[in-house]
Amino acid sequence: MSESKALRTLSREKAFYFFTSIGNYAGESAASLEEFVKKILDVKIKSLEFHLYRGDFERWVADALEDNILAKKIRELKSSKPIGIDLRDRLYLLVSKYSEDLKKTGSSSTSFVKPRTTTVTFVRPKETTP
Amino acid sequence: MKNLKAFLSQAIDLKAKDGGVVLDDLDKAILRALQKNARQSYTEIGRSLNLAHSTIYDRIKKMENHGVIRRYTIMVEPKKAGLKLLTAVMTVVTEPKESERVAEQLADHPDVSEVYTSLSEELSIIAKVVAEDQESLHAFISNVVAPLPGVLRIRTAIITRKHKEENMSI
Repeated sequence: MSESKALRTLSREKAFYFFTSIGNYAGESAASLEEFVKKILDVKIKSLEFHLYRGDFERWVADALEDNILAKKIRELKSSKPIGIDLRDRLYLLVSKYSEDLKKTGSSSTSFVKPRTTTVTFVRPKETTP
Repeated sequence: MKNLKAFLSQAIDLKAKDGGVVLDDLDKAILRALQKNARQSYTEIGRSLNLAHSTIYDRIKKMENHGVIRRYTIMVEPKKAGLKLLTAVMTVVTEPKESERVAEQLADHPDVSEVYTSLSEELSIIAKVVAEDQESLHAFISNVVAPLPGVLRIRTAIITRKHKEENMSI
């Protein structure tokens, strides 16, 4: 199975830059999903709260990593309004598990898989002459 | 003017000193008059200083030629002109070897109006940025400034009120 797009390393321009508030860059960035997972543990909780509630994480995951499923999961996490250490733990768990699944299978176990279609051919019975 | 004769008797050539020029009291008086209103005619300035307009013309031309007067410009009131309203002062901490390049790249950007290099505890660049609102300010810093190689951290202060904005006093 080919490697998922979400596992590739991005250019500096497309990396995620962690801020603590408007215009205040904390000096941490992530240019891949793997790096992003590590940074969730490193950056200040204030930064995670700032970006989660602005919708920055889900936007970056959808636009730069091109993974709409993970973006949706992050959006769902946001709607449960976690804060503080709970937010860090849950975000880390969500993204690290998703990333591990992608590495193993090329797609997340929880991702939507289009069912294989089967073609049924109708065979007309031979007509018999009376 | 009290020392008028003394002014006129002085040679009006500006002397180079440490790469700069020496301005006498008359030059400074002309500069002050122009800072108040750069659209004044030589005659009007001459009248206010009790001098012939040709004297004013010579002095101004010499100051222009020596780069003392860099340009004539206007001060726009952004609010009344419906222009970008938000101004912020951004301090960008950089790796020393990349500092010059970061400063140049910031200076090239149309939304950056002033750029300075400062050496305090760390080498940093101070820049004045204008933006339509907080979101566009953040987008500029996040998409343009933070990705520049050598940028370590950025602190931004949004200006909420202007108490004074004047040219340097002469």
